[in-house]
Amino acid sequence: MDDSVRRESGGYIGQSVPRREDKNLLLGQGNFVADIQLPGMVHAAFARSPLPHAKIVSVDVTAARAMNGVCFAASGDDVMAALPPINGMQVVAPQGWRDRVDTDILIPDQPLIPNDKLRYVGEAFALVVADSRYIAEDALELIEPDLKALQPLPDAESALVDGAPLVHEHLGRNVAAFLHAKKGAGAEGLEAASHRLKRRFVHHRYAAMPMECRGVVADYDTRTDTLTIWSSTQVVHWVRREVATALGMPEERVRCIAPDVGGGFGGKGHVYPEDILVAWLAREIGRPVKWVEDRHEHILNAAHSRDNIYDVEIGFDDDGKILALTSSFLVDSGAYTPVGAGIAGNSIAHMLGPYHIENYETDCKVVLTNRTPNAPYRGAGRPEVAFAMERSVDLVANHLGLDPAEVRFRNMIPPEDMPYEVGLTYRDGVAMIYDSGDYPSALRSALAELGGLETIRQRQKDALSEGRYLGLGLGCYVEGTGVGPFEGATVKIDPTGKIMVATGACPQGQGHETIFAQFAADMWQVPIDDVFVTVADTGHVTQGYGTIASRSTVTASGAIKLATDEVHEKVFAIAANLLETAETDLELRDAGVGVKGVPDMHVSYRDIATAAKPGWGHQRPDGVVAGLEATSYYEPPTVTWSYAANATLVEIDPETGQIAIEKYVEVHDAGVLVNPKLADGQVKGGLVQGLGGALLEELAYDDHGQLLTGSLMDYLLPSASDVPPLAVIHQETPSLLNAFGVKGLGEGGAIAPPVVIANAVCDALRPFKAELNSTPVRWAEIAMFFDQNG
Amino acid sequence: MKPASFDHLLPTSLHEALEMLNTHAPDARPLAGGQSLVPMMNFRLARPTVLVDLNRISDLAYISDAGDHLAIGAMTRERTIENSGLVRTATPLLYDATLHIGHLPIRSRGTIGGSLSNADPAAEYPATVLALDATLVAQSVRGERTISAAEFFDGVMTTTLEPDEILTEIRMPKAPPGSGSALVEISRRHGDFALAGVAAQITLDGNSVTDIRLAACGVGPGPIRLAESEMILRERGLSDDALAAAGGAAAAATDPDGDVHATAAYRRKLAGVMTKRAVGKAAARARQSA
Repeated sequence: MDDSVRRESGGYIGQSVPRREDKNLLLGQGNFVADIQLPGMVHAAFARSPLPHAKIVSVDVTAARAMNGVCFAASGDDVMAALPPINGMQVVAPQGWRDRVDTDILIPDQPLIPNDKLRYVGEAFALVVADSRYIAEDALELIEPDLKALQPLPDAESALVDGAPLVHEHLGRNVAAFLHAKKGAGAEGLEAASHRLKRRFVHHRYAAMPMECRGVVADYDTRTDTLTIWSSTQVVHWVRREVATALGMPEERVRCIAPDVGGGFGGKGHVYPEDILVAWLAREIGRPVKWVEDRHEHILNAAHSRDNIYDVEIGFDDDGKILALTSSFLVDSGAYTPVGAGIAGNSIAHMLGPYHIENYETDCKVVLTNRTPNAPYRGAGRPEVAFAMERSVDLVANHLGLDPAEVRFRNMIPPEDMPYEVGLTYRDGVAMIYDSGDYPSALRSALAELGGLETIRQRQKDALSEGRYLGLGLGCYVEGTGVGPFEGATVKIDPTGKIMVATGACPQGQGHETIFAQFAADMWQVPIDDVFVTVADTGHVTQGYGTIASRSTVTASGAIKLATDEVHEKVFAIAANLLETAETDLELRDAGVGVKGVPDMHVSYRDIATAAKPGWGHQRPDGVVAGLEATSYYEPPTVTWSYAANATLVEIDPETGQIAIEKYVEVHDAGVLVNPKLADGQVKGGLVQGLGGALLEELAYDDHGQLLTGSLMDYLLPSASDVPPLAVIHQETPSLLNAFGVKGLGEGGAIAPPVVIANAVCDALRPFKAELNSTPVRWAEIAMFFDQNG
Repeated sequence: MKPASFDHLLPTSLHEALEMLNTHAPDARPLAGGQSLVPMMNFRLARPTVLVDLNRISDLAYISDAGDHLAIGAMTRERTIENSGLVRTATPLLYDATLHIGHLPIRSRGTIGGSLSNADPAAEYPATVLALDATLVAQSVRGERTISAAEFFDGVMTTTLEPDEILTEIRMPKAPPGSGSALVEISRRHGDFALAGVAAQITLDGNSVTDIRLAACGVGPGPIRLAESEMILRERGLSDDALAAAGGAAAAATDPDGDVHATAAYRRKLAGVMTKRAVGKAAARARQSA
């Protein structure tokens, strides 16, 4: 990238710098886990449960082990003997949150391979390692499991029935967590309301479904007693920690790298049993081991998401002012809870959205069932509450005969009330304060992008007179982003004068190498090509957290800044020594340090790096230790609050119920945009996933706990030809919580589309007073309203 | 998702392929474009021990004008059919049907013979050949026989081909002058198998219907000829009432299963709607060409 961009604009931050990641990817030179080939490598495959709930009587791997080409086979008993369970590996909520929100949490530990019971279709009960994946899958057919089917718990409600069998007997109940939170008078606030509406909202189960499934390669080196793991993960440091703990190795002897990763979206945001098992197998067998999850395995076994039921009551006055809201909801967590009660915590915190509502009370049950474990997926508990809240707002409007847009404006927090104290606790344990934003302006822009409210309503009226059904759908949300606990970064000046940056961020396609280079180039006043960024490798940063929860732009930039500040101090001290002048007279310029106002008085970073070296001939002033390198950890005070207004215009085919989306708009605010083009891409990608969830994607189970959608023939992902015209508009209200004014935007796009589509369809069907209060929005249901209304 | 072990045979002539199939039947399967068989093998739902790969037999891929019909070799790629001027003018319904098949990479591999032999009830080609009364030619070491489209399909993904037979040629009757045709379908995404689709070819004389052929896909165990709807339209013309009645008769003639994509009732309803739309579109094209 040419330095002229920076020179003309005063910096790289805010410029649509092209992604430095793209060249390799476009030339087919990307390196994903599946691309890794090591000498002597063998291939693992897992035998997976065909039953949702079964007692394991026995698993015989003798025949599989004896097969030609097979080098290892293990049952749950074998794994349990070699790697006994370690308690306390599961994520727990921070104490601050547990202190402020009523909780009763019992998290079940997830066995690497169970030897007592199988708890969902797809859970592994044995593994095989062979010369090829083909042979390994042949050997799986020789494994003889004796499984005794148990009564399945196919959904959350069946798991809560009195006397229902238990998913985890030792817990004594099928509820992993009870949560309760209250604001103002809570439920009592409903009593003062002149109008009350009560509805059930159901958000179905769907999942991240990244283009690249999961995969792990591990290689153990006997001489150095070190283990290298390549995992398609969003959390390399977490993988390292769990592998080291399980295998009894120091963390320093385990290195985890996420090479190119083809999407994660939360589905790769926690450690899975395979991460640990493949590492163990490599050490056990003494050969590199590869496991690449195939799509069928991914659909059965990688975490699912959403799958909530909300019972909401909303109280409001004659003007549509919302006075109180209560919600009682169930999260179908599946058989385990990979991130504890995190999703439910998000839901509790995000329910009120951009509205000022005095009274709120919510209780939640995180329910264990015989479904695949539920973990965060882009939005993580927010699409569900956005659906419940934004459908409720439309119902209020319809009840009073007001325009849904007007009801939103009447309840929104005005910009002059920012920062706004919400009266709830975020899941980092800190009192929630919306730091900045202009919510009404976002909604106004969204409506304007569709032609303006009056024009839209006129078009609808005209269309209806021709028997055509147009609908306007709205949806607003807020999103806590950049959550802690911390992120790490190491910043060095290389002896050649180049800036080396490593962070614990762990991208899956976001463009982190590009944007962190933008940050560093501005902080060091160098051309961006002088900045070298390393991500997703525990070998380069001692402690890191990873890329989940719309956090990396905020948290990694904070860590890079702290480390940079530390190195800056030494750079100035050494430069002052070299230039024989006071530090206060110096400035960073032209890839080095110069004396302000004196063009000739300049030393390059290379010179400074040479001067900083340890040993003979160094030119450090007294008290300055050798080296130009710092590692820092940024611990954000709490989250920054992004938000958006969404609007869409749809037309319904009255004969088929088919929905044609004319245009979909998101007006999004993530504070200062580091790279507008990448920000656009993030929001648009999220929108497409949100639309997929609204209309196409569904992990459907039958009443017996069998998954019905085990391939991409049945689990329908939106493809390019299914994407309607999208418009993304950015407002930029800087965050007050960090040096760059940035907020996160990875997840936002996926939050609103389900409710926006539902609202648009209901708006189109307003002549029939139709209500769609569950997802996905089905054409058949829409067609039924026309059939019923002749 | 790796297939069970199998032998892969690569004959270069039809004769050789038929010999191989005869030797290894019933555990051998012919492989055409592989767009359905290969995924089934990867799921180990299909486990042929021998694949007789037809892709090296160049003389099974052709489109030729045979007077009253087009003779199309079974290994002709869907993409070739899509790009054929001859198909577009002589059998426009086949062209229209092809546009609805999957996506470009799928059509570039998939063949007409493979699609028909696979007999997916939601596929477009089975309904197309049924609507047009096409003749299918099958060969084995025992000789050649012709099968009418109506006799070719035999339930879900089943045909009346014997295990040692290969479908070699499809004889598509040419559309009569002044006729119009259309295949209309509804699917959840572009390129997916239809929830319901209807192939229609219609010949008009003024406002009266002199000939009409209708067949539906996606709404039964195989393609369904909509004879009752045809009769209604032949007798009553294209009035709104007649179209509604034809739609109703089509819905009644179907026998769909419900699945995760659509209930049986919804598919049946769609069959009626697609019938009206296919007839309307075909009729408009007939008027244009008249």
